[in-house]
Amino acid sequence: MATVTYRQALRDTLRAEMLRDEDVFLMGEEIGVFEGSYKITEGLLKEFGPRRVRDTPIAEEGFVGAAIGAAMLGLRPVVEIMTINFSLLALDQIVNHAAKIYGMFGGQCSVPMVIRTPGGGGQQLGATHSQNVELFYSFIPGLKVLAPSTPAEASAMLKAAIRDDDPVLFLENLALYNTKGEVPDEVAPAEIGRAAVTREGADITLIAYSRMARVAAEVAEKLAADGVSAEVVDLRSLRPLDRETIVASVRRTGCAVIAEDDWLTYGIGAEIAATIQEGAFDWLDAPVRRVAMAEVPLPYSKPLELAALPSAESLVTAVRDTLAATGRR
Amino acid sequence: MADTDTRSPARSRRTRKSRPRPETLVAYYRQMLLIRRFEERAARAYTEAKIGGYCHLNLGEEPTITGLMAALDPRDYLFTNYREHGYALARGIEARRVMAELYGRSTGVSKGWGGSMHLFDTGSRLLGGYGIVGGQLPLATGAALAISYRGGDEVVMCQMGDGTTNIGAFHESLNMATLWDLPIVFVVINNGLGMGTTVDHSSAEPELYRRAAAYRMEGARVDGTDAVAVRDAAHAAVERARSEQKPFLLETTSPRLRGHSVVDPARYRTAEEKEALKAADPLARFALELEESGVLDAEAREKLDAEVKAEVDDAAAFADDSPHPDVSTLFDYTYATPVPGESRRLPADPVF
Ligand SMILES: Cc1ncc(C[n+]2csc(CCOP(=O)(O)OP(=O)(O)O)c2C)c(N)n1
Ligand SMILES: [Mg+2]
Repeated sequence: MATVTYRQALRDTLRAEMLRDEDVFLMGEEIGVFEGSYKITEGLLKEFGPRRVRDTPIAEEGFVGAAIGAAMLGLRPVVEIMTINFSLLALDQIVNHAAKIYGMFGGQCSVPMVIRTPGGGGQQLGATHSQNVELFYSFIPGLKVLAPSTPAEASAMLKAAIRDDDPVLFLENLALYNTKGEVPDEVAPAEIGRAAVTREGADITLIAYSRMARVAAEVAEKLAADGVSAEVVDLRSLRPLDRETIVASVRRTGCAVIAEDDWLTYGIGAEIAATIQEGAFDWLDAPVRRVAMAEVPLPYSKPLELAALPSAESLVTAVRDTLAATGRR
Repeated sequence: MADTDTRSPARSRRTRKSRPRPETLVAYYRQMLLIRRFEERAARAYTEAKIGGYCHLNLGEEPTITGLMAALDPRDYLFTNYREHGYALARGIEARRVMAELYGRSTGVSKGWGGSMHLFDTGSRLLGGYGIVGGQLPLATGAALAISYRGGDEVVMCQMGDGTTNIGAFHESLNMATLWDLPIVFVVINNGLGMGTTVDHSSAEPELYRRAAAYRMEGARVDGTDAVAVRDAAHAAVERARSEQKPFLLETTSPRLRGHSVVDPARYRTAEEKEALKAADPLARFALELEESGVLDAEAREKLDAEVKAEVDDAAAFADDSPHPDVSTLFDYTYATPVPGESRRLPADPVF
């Protein structure tokens, strides 16, 4: 067991998978000589050489499509897209090709590839560089979308993603890269498609993923000090969605707050809320609340940015409101 | 296999550049005729509502297809656009399985999941017809990358239309192909039109093969109505890609004898243009050449035609008799690695 950053956990896992399987190779902009915009691939070009750590031109549609084509011939490419904002340039290849090839050709050809990409606002990067559009991919049957929140989960899920035979969008987060956590020496691949109850509680369920799952864990800790017992469900997988775990938790607690870094309208939380009303209607003591980004292109100005982003405080407010609405206390 | 293998000239190896032997020419003719009759039969089945969706035909492109496929080895990979029935046939896939796919039946090459635009066959290494213009280019480039990664000696051929040379994926793919020394031959089937938009109207450099120069790639244009010329040009490009790991951009020119798809009456063409097209039919011209050179007389030609027609009728009957995929298989192909929580919900089913 070692305490490492989320970044280090990703890097160590990439390296271990490359050592384990010659078919695993990396592609992306600036991942080799530059060692990655966020240094996830640090040292890997030196260790593995340009055949297995391939710097690409700035051509998201082209290199993501090329990775799909390589996967069709049985390789296991792991593509880095610098941030999820730029994945929009590869949308056609991801949605119309990676997600379709297995089904559209009657199961003759699978696409065992991973697209790693960070989302995240809060870095004063302005409107085009601060979006969380994982919803676009979570919407698409044929894709799998994973969103780990801790170094250990990042490692276990990346392993699972690389070994899986389907295209996986692996969502990282700029604000998580420097966060630390314990990672076992031998990490077993995660089971794709399972949410986790990361903290048990009786009064309310907090549901979140990626950065907000970490925030939710902190909030639950704070609430405990005030005598509120919050359960935390970390979704981990946005597609497939583990509806059973969500609903089972809400049936126990009778109310829920969803925390998401994307926009509220049509966002991931909307699907969770719909799931809860269908699966736990009779158990609900209060309306389901969502804490999400303000509906604006994220501004550069620090105070404006802070006001727009969901935070621990905003989550606490929503929890207090929800508990009040139950009429229990 | 000998030159006379009529079903699949793509599977034979031969010395090129020399004048093909008579039986090779007859095999080419037979294959072109098969594509012609298959497409005519498909058009009929479409108007009878046996075939749904879009249906794009290769009418006028038969010599191009035969030439291209004759230049490929069985080990090579092929990616195409949605106008690909002829390629599937020339690659050696049974007409029955191709027609059954058009009919959406479980006996089709893609088990009824793809339809006319999405033919796929692992065995003959046809790695897909693709309905999104330009979508196949990055994929084909990646397949070539996989070959290069493994040090293999296969080549990828990536077919597309003239209109496709204006899409970003074209430029991104050609750039990567040269940059990474990939064994891939890009082939532009220039039939003069996108749907109704001419090459001149859509392409700032209408000599499409010259676009290769921007990527320090070699390119050439060849008369797509001449199967042997296409074969020789494609063969040179394919073998160079194989031995030197150098990509190539080959442009073929041919008429599109009918509308963009079966339902398009091509009203944007003048009466004179339509009349001129009849005279431009490359298959009729090839038949005449073979007759004049004493390779195939009218009687033998009629016999071939009857044979091919029977094959195509058999394919249509097979397709018609084949079962539709069972509704219970609806969720079989969403994921290759199954997952817990995967939705198997039909529209009216509750989530819980
Ligand atoms: C990205 C995309 N845009 C538009 C279309 C609609 N569309 C289908 S075929 C076609 C024309 C393509 O022309 P060309 O590449 O010359 O091929 P051809 O049909 O002539 O074989 C268009 C615009 C599409 N399928 N995909
Ligand atoms: Mg065209």
